[in-house]
Amino acid sequence: MTAQTMNGSAIVIRALLDQGVDVVFGYPGGAVLPIYDELFKQNALRHILVRHEQGAVHAAEGYARSTGKVGVVLVTSGPGATNAVTGLTDALMDSVPVVCLTGQVPTHLIGNDAFQEADTVGITRPCTKHNYLVKNIADLPRVMHEAFYVARSGRPGPVVVDLPKDILQATGTYTNNVNAVHRSYKPQVKGDARRIEEAVALMANARRPLFYCGGGVINSGAAAAAALTRFVRMTGFPCTLTLMGLGAFPAADRQFLGMLGMHGTYEANLAMHGCDVLINIGARFDDRVTGKLSAFSPNSKKIHVDIDPSSINKNVPVDVPIVGDAAGVLEDMIAAWGARAARPDGKALAAWWKQIEDWRARDCLRYKNSDQVIKPQYAIQRLYEAVKARDDVYITTEVGQHQMWAAQFLRFEKPNRWMTSGGLGTMGYGLPAAIGVQVAHPDALVIDVAGEASILMNIQEMSTACQYRLPVKIFIINNQWMGMVRQWQELLYGERYSQSYTESLPDFVKLAEAFGAVGLRATKPREVDDVIRDMIAADAPVIVDCRVDPKENCFPMIPAGAAHNDMLLGPDDVPKPVSEEGMVLV
Amino acid sequence: MQEIEKHTVCVLVDNEAGVLARVIGLFAGRGYNIESLTVAEVDPQAHLSRITVVTSGTPMVIEQIKNQLGRLVPVHKVSDLTTEGPHVERELALVKVRSTGEKRVESLRIADIFRARVVDSTIESFVFEMTGSTEKLNAFINLMQPLGLVDVSRTGSVAIARGPQGF
Repeated sequence: MTAQTMNGSAIVIRALLDQGVDVVFGYPGGAVLPIYDELFKQNALRHILVRHEQGAVHAAEGYARSTGKVGVVLVTSGPGATNAVTGLTDALMDSVPVVCLTGQVPTHLIGNDAFQEADTVGITRPCTKHNYLVKNIADLPRVMHEAFYVARSGRPGPVVVDLPKDILQATGTYTNNVNAVHRSYKPQVKGDARRIEEAVALMANARRPLFYCGGGVINSGAAAAAALTRFVRMTGFPCTLTLMGLGAFPAADRQFLGMLGMHGTYEANLAMHGCDVLINIGARFDDRVTGKLSAFSPNSKKIHVDIDPSSINKNVPVDVPIVGDAAGVLEDMIAAWGARAARPDGKALAAWWKQIEDWRARDCLRYKNSDQVIKPQYAIQRLYEAVKARDDVYITTEVGQHQMWAAQFLRFEKPNRWMTSGGLGTMGYGLPAAIGVQVAHPDALVIDVAGEASILMNIQEMSTACQYRLPVKIFIINNQWMGMVRQWQELLYGERYSQSYTESLPDFVKLAEAFGAVGLRATKPREVDDVIRDMIAADAPVIVDCRVDPKENCFPMIPAGAAHNDMLLGPDDVPKPVSEEGMVLV
Repeated sequence: MQEIEKHTVCVLVDNEAGVLARVIGLFAGRGYNIESLTVAEVDPQAHLSRITVVTSGTPMVIEQIKNQLGRLVPVHKVSDLTTEGPHVERELALVKVRSTGEKRVESLRIADIFRARVVDSTIESFVFEMTGSTEKLNAFINLMQPLGLVDVSRTGSVAIARGPQGF
């Protein structure tokens, strides 16, 4: 570790390289010009120029979630930083490791309402895991490395480093302390052995067990997903995954019940309702999953493994809390299970599986197909059929009906292949995220399953995709409505379709061509397969305008405020009047 | 429904810019109560500050508060003095009373009973300094009300565990 003298911008670049960063997503501006000048002088660090700072953060999220590495963003002060806020909040809600460097006016102007000044650390305090304002060049190397440590350790999340311009130009001393120990932040990763014993004892006495696993398994790394798969198979228990957890357990396995929650499968939600031992690994009892809390999984003992102690006992009281990292805890659980002779009652387990198979036989994702109009489910199913044999497919989504259909009909056998905005529900996430994924995996097939409303929220990033020849495929399920809003208005607001229809939609084929990309359109069911084939074959960014049935609703559905055993399975199920308690829920 | 309880929570934090905003922002953002909050540096060498928060909520909310505080990056330690054995809790108040004649004499007599000290005096006013539990301070201030109470400044609780162990 030899100390070297250099200016602040050079320290920033050196620290990024020492952290193993190979690409940053950013947008220049006055306050970060010194960093951009330093970028210009080197070749080791690649810069992807986005078209809006929100896109930069989502791209970094896509990069991070598809690689397991920290995504890096570089934006300027003021509007650069405020534009990044939605992305940062998204990364916080979905626990995505991102380091966002923001420019700032020089220290002597802070608080003076200077040009392009914003109180970035103030604004981003509640939407980051942690943030820093560097006011002394001597702190810069430590803060840069700390930011990466904080972003990736424990429950991952976004970290902002606010860099005043005079600090970037000041001369300082750089030492490479990549592995410096943090003085206060040391998350617990090893699970308590006694709790693990308790958990395994509960599992051994279960009659109707269920694994309920989430994004924490994905964040813990490929080893965690492998351990989960091993453990679920060892026990023979059924397993359901959250929206964020898809891919943590192979979808092709018979033990997989599909996604659970508001638009989850009938079998997963009823299993949740009926189980007697619930094993939650890396999921957080989110309200999209639990439905009505007072009726949530009423007869189960609950085991909850989470690296974030504040996730435990937040919404749902649990019986066996285990704070720790999923991979290690799963290995410990496997060892404890192996060391124990007792096994669950085989007859009870068989009866439970019989019950689950009965539920599964309802075939809850069935829909009424048509040869006149493209059903959105059909389009996504055909997309899946076209890509399922490949091993290099990454899917991102926007937010809404198409996202839920994608979660239902696309099946993931591996972690890190599915990037969607779960916690924040950010429309406009999918395209920039796909760009980030494609940058990380240049030869992979990256598809953004989109809605025509969401895609317009960050459509400018087409320009980025074209500039870097990133052949992302945007598969728009175009129903001309904000579909999920329309669905709620139909079911809960007396079919008063207030502002959910988009008039004057662009011609997406021409729009693609205007950006220099390929535009394709399908309007009839028989055209779908051809269009998908052409989309995949094109060695360029593609927008597919898939015109689907505008009235189709997403089922199954647990209406707001209802319990898991109160699902709507299809258009023929008439929803009960929603309680006042339910109507206030989002 | 769980009962609402009052807890005194101590938090040891790095004394750095914005740390108090993080703690207060956490309470505001998540809708927790702050009944009082006191902060000062307690270890100048290590740049550590100690925050004492008196908060209220159901046991589940109190547990959340502790866990949420614990995951803030500059937080070293969180301890719930209300549940972790006996502790001493004190608050300081400065109480200004303006009166003459019998009321003035009465305020001085009550101050004596409460062991409050006079730290400022004019012909027509006193400033009393008083240390004690929050309840004792409340009682004293209530008694001063009819005797010409004009101003009160209070610190909020500070607290420390009994016994030989450090934080």
